Amino acid sequence: MANIKVDGQLVEVPDYYTLMQAAEAAGAEIPRFCYHERLSVAGNCRMCLVEVKGGPPKPQASCAMGVKDLRPGPNGEPPEIFTNTPMVKKAREGVMEFLLINHPLDCPICDQGGECDLQDQAMAYGVDKNRFAENKRAVEDKYLGPLVKTSMNRCIHCTRCVRFTTEVAGITEMGLTGRGEDAEITSYLERALSSELQGNVIDLCPVGALTSKPYAFHARPWELVKTETIDVMDAVGSNIRVDSRGREVMRILPRVNEAINEEWISDKTRFIWDGLKSQRLDRPYVRSGGKLKPASWDEAFSAIAKAIKASGGGNRVGAIAGDLASVEDMYALKALMTSLGSGMTDSRPAMSGIDPSMPRSAYIFNPTIAGIEEADAILIVGANPRKEAALVNARIRKAWRAKSTPIAVIGDQADLTYDYEYLGNGFATLADLATGKGAFAEVLAKATKPLIIVGEGAVSHGAAKSKQIGRDTIALAARLATGANVAEGWNGFALLHNAAGRVGGLDIGFVPHNGGVCSADQIGLAGDGKLDVLFLLGADEYDMSAMGKAFVVYVGTHGDAGAHRADVILPSATYTEKSGTYVNTEGRVQMAERAVFPPGDAKEDWAIFRALSSVLARPLPFNSLSQLRAAIYAEFPHLGRIDQIAARSVDDVRKLAGATVKTKTATFASPVSDFYLTNPIARASATMGECAALQAGLRQAAE
Amino acid sequence: MLEDKDRIFTNLYGNGDWGLEGARARGGWVDTKKFIDNGRDWIVNEVKGSGLRGRGGAGFPTALKWTFMPKEGVNDGRPSQLLVNADESEPGTCKDREILRHDPHHLIEGCLLAGRAMGAHIAYVYIRGEFIRERQNFEAAVQQAYDARLIGKNNVHGWDFEIVVHHGAGAYICGEETALMESLEGKKGQPRLKPPFPAAMGVYGNPTTVNNVESIAVVPEILRRGGAWFAGIGRPNNTGTKLFMASGHVNRPAVFEDALGCTFEELIEKHCGGIRGGWDNLLAVIPGGASCPVVRGEDIRTAIMDFDGLREKKSSFGTGGMIVLDKSTDIIKAIWRIAAFFKHESCGQCTPCREGTGWMMRVMERMVQGRAQKREIDMLFEVTKQIEGHTICALGDAAAWPIQGLIRNFRDVIEARIDQYTWSSTSEGAVPSIAAE
Repeated sequence: MANIKVDGQLVEVPDYYTLMQAAEAAGAEIPRFCYHERLSVAGNCRMCLVEVKGGPPKPQASCAMGVKDLRPGPNGEPPEIFTNTPMVKKAREGVMEFLLINHPLDCPICDQGGECDLQDQAMAYGVDKNRFAENKRAVEDKYLGPLVKTSMNRCIHCTRCVRFTTEVAGITEMGLTGRGEDAEITSYLERALSSELQGNVIDLCPVGALTSKPYAFHARPWELVKTETIDVMDAVGSNIRVDSRGREVMRILPRVNEAINEEWISDKTRFIWDGLKSQRLDRPYVRSGGKLKPASWDEAFSAIAKAIKASGGGNRVGAIAGDLASVEDMYALKALMTSLGSGMTDSRPAMSGIDPSMPRSAYIFNPTIAGIEEADAILIVGANPRKEAALVNARIRKAWRAKSTPIAVIGDQADLTYDYEYLGNGFATLADLATGKGAFAEVLAKATKPLIIVGEGAVSHGAAKSKQIGRDTIALAARLATGANVAEGWNGFALLHNAAGRVGGLDIGFVPHNGGVCSADQIGLAGDGKLDVLFLLGADEYDMSAMGKAFVVYVGTHGDAGAHRADVILPSATYTEKSGTYVNTEGRVQMAERAVFPPGDAKEDWAIFRALSSVLARPLPFNSLSQLRAAIYAEFPHLGRIDQIAARSVDDVRKLAGATVKTKTATFASPVSDFYLTNPIARASATMGECAALQAGLRQAAE
Repeated sequence: MLEDKDRIFTNLYGNGDWGLEGARARGGWVDTKKFIDNGRDWIVNEVKGSGLRGRGGAGFPTALKWTFMPKEGVNDGRPSQLLVNADESEPGTCKDREILRHDPHHLIEGCLLAGRAMGAHIAYVYIRGEFIRERQNFEAAVQQAYDARLIGKNNVHGWDFEIVVHHGAGAYICGEETALMESLEGKKGQPRLKPPFPAAMGVYGNPTTVNNVESIAVVPEILRRGGAWFAGIGRPNNTGTKLFMASGHVNRPAVFEDALGCTFEELIEKHCGGIRGGWDNLLAVIPGGASCPVVRGEDIRTAIMDFDGLREKKSSFGTGGMIVLDKSTDIIKAIWRIAAFFKHESCGQCTPCREGTGWMMRVMERMVQGRAQKREIDMLFEVTKQIEGHTICALGDAAAWPIQGLIRNFRDVIEARIDQYTWSSTSEGAVPSIAAE
């Protein structure tokens, strides 16, 4: 700890603090542009200058100078800095003037207007006069792809975007070329950025040089209603803020959550919002004469009731929940299925090795996302975290940058933005590793905090009778995670899901029970005519052609694969249109909130099942969301503890490690082939489509 | 005035052999082993006793700089390094090139001895991009020294020492010590933030001392003749001999070695044959390279040419590169040209310099024509003050000083130019006022 006087006020701060941090600890506000606490220090904007007593007769950049760089006074007094002296005021005014001389005065048509650091700080620290009588500099706009719009005249060369892309996103595609006045931020080659985190540069840009292309000229920040909620594009559960105007979602921004997404979000999370407005199911449909025809809710319900009556109920009725289903939705559907006497429920991808009998530790990311930074060896099995959970990948990169954590991969050999040792792509490699063969086995054995990330691609193999591969993979990974040297309290077994609804579904037991079978088998039974009615709760990632003559009820939001196959479509609400509980891959319970209302006749999913249950004369025991939640919390108390992860046990993982392994060979591959098109909302989004097309094209060009 | 026996750079004009034989004939590489064996503290004390101040422009005591390096025995695994700044790009300065091409062994021997004095086993010499012949000579001289086992592993001096010659790409800013290190590491030549200072974290993160070519090249002679000899030349706090350069409107522009403490008039009369058109024709002098504030002719004539002498004249001794301007010079345009130079050489990293150098140049551009308002003179002065001291490196200061010097010394000329422009304007109104905001 070090003592320092800020504007005469004595504060005690850790000695690694910068002057800026010390000033903030003392309550003094320091303006800044280039400094960002999650990026390296550039010190180039010169806005944060402060006066140091006894130092050189010039102001110092407080973002770059440490408290321990200051010398105490002649009699050992603590060093002293000032943030409110005439010298500091003049310095700020000077820098502000320099920043503004070449900055266009286009605030009225600038998308950053109203949330612009330059605007705010010019008001607070600038002068109201202009002494610059020359021509302003003009800079050509750059092409950065379909997501980030540039207006380079506005750029103040803070290099936040350059530092973000190189440090956090791990692409070296942006830089500052030229020098002096002619310095320009550029992507060098006028090509789209290849990072799936590039949208964050929009938030980082302190001026309007980098803005959101899809959002351009759509809204002003002060007319938007802000709703703090949770993202469902992947199983990370990023904290987001949905900005809406009227019934429209206008944009999506990140919220800070150190445990999950820090303050970044992936591009899919950020730019998905146009998908919320197109291809929407806004009224029920019933298939008659081979064609889907608009219908009323009553007609749709009675068609379903007829089909269920004809089937006789029980296990001739099945239900599969898709990737975006909330806990409430699945709980209501499960309750409905139970009332029909069916145990045919599943929320897992085809042939998942996650067995309903396994403990919770077997299917969550035990070490937590923040815990990645503690790991001292990382093994990634059958996952491409960059595509499946971009922010988990960013955390791995962060750990790798900070401590050169050794990383190895079994599965796809993809560009993950960090160096790793590639071990192989098959089960045999993992089995070798588990028996201590190979150099990386030694690294893992020595590690006190090994982290074994098991992807869905390693656990769910899709092919018939492949569940055992998944189970064996879990067993081997558990063995590696529980080596002899593992530190007390460390649980390194990490299952990386790629769907927001998955862990919630497993938590409430939306898995086969009472003689039910798994999702793939349900579809198989339907094809064989042994299953008559199949509910698809937003489930679009299955083989729709294999369902035979089964009566398919699609409850969902978008006209995607499931809706095309359906015999009855019940329109429901997306994640921005309902309050729902989601459990992320860590097992963290989070609550999404409603930002806008569902379009047309669409209703919240749980309410649809409640209404249907009345038509079926088996009314479910809840009439409101709060009653439904009360029922859920009574049965699964941990789901009521929002933002928390229920206690996990290493012993459970040890038990998993003891299972007998039967598999000899199998190939691991990531199930996400196209980052931008993983769910129905993304597939309805023109922006995501453009990104996907561009990426496919780029890949072709590269080959 | 310097006597011939006290000259250090005896082959300054390349009349003799620049190679090893010639250097030995002139007394180089004598007793080097003894100095090395005398140890680190002895060398530092001799140099300290000589009063040598850095020859790169700032005039920081060289021996003091060396003492910032980690002490002997304090070993955190990082090697100490010497970095010689031969990126001589300051307009008006051309002394290091003469050392590199005509007296390279002074520098090589100096590197070895300075290396010993800071516990370094390696020296990097960063040579300016435009210096092709200079680099060739210097590289050849380094090779000669290696071949003669004067440096290298297991050399005759018993202090392992490597010299790495790096050729820059010709950017002025790479002469700034931290930009130099960035450039040497293969990165874009942009100055680093200080602290950490190079002595704590320099090239490749290791403790580094950056010295000017001349500062290092005079070290062997200081040790051979004793610090007291060097300290006896010049006046207190401004001791020793120095390479001066005179360019511009003198009869014989030259690079020459002389003692510190001579007056400007003595130096010019002795070495350069006087001012073109006589002393009455002298308008002004930029005394130490382009970044030093200009001094009026009548002030400089009797000024003592050393660090303190020029500070009294509100200018700076800089590198000793005098740019002499006679009365045929358009002084405003001359300073505008310097402003244009700094605008062109600004690295663009930090705000005041990036935005301010261009602004200053453009205002100067108008002032050259007289197309300005008189109040803009004060505004320009204020802008230079807004840049000075607010930047990461000293280029902002260097860009501000010439204009400050101009306004301080030649305000009457600027005002006269503005008046003249106004008077000669026509009814069409050739004098635009500042656009209404």
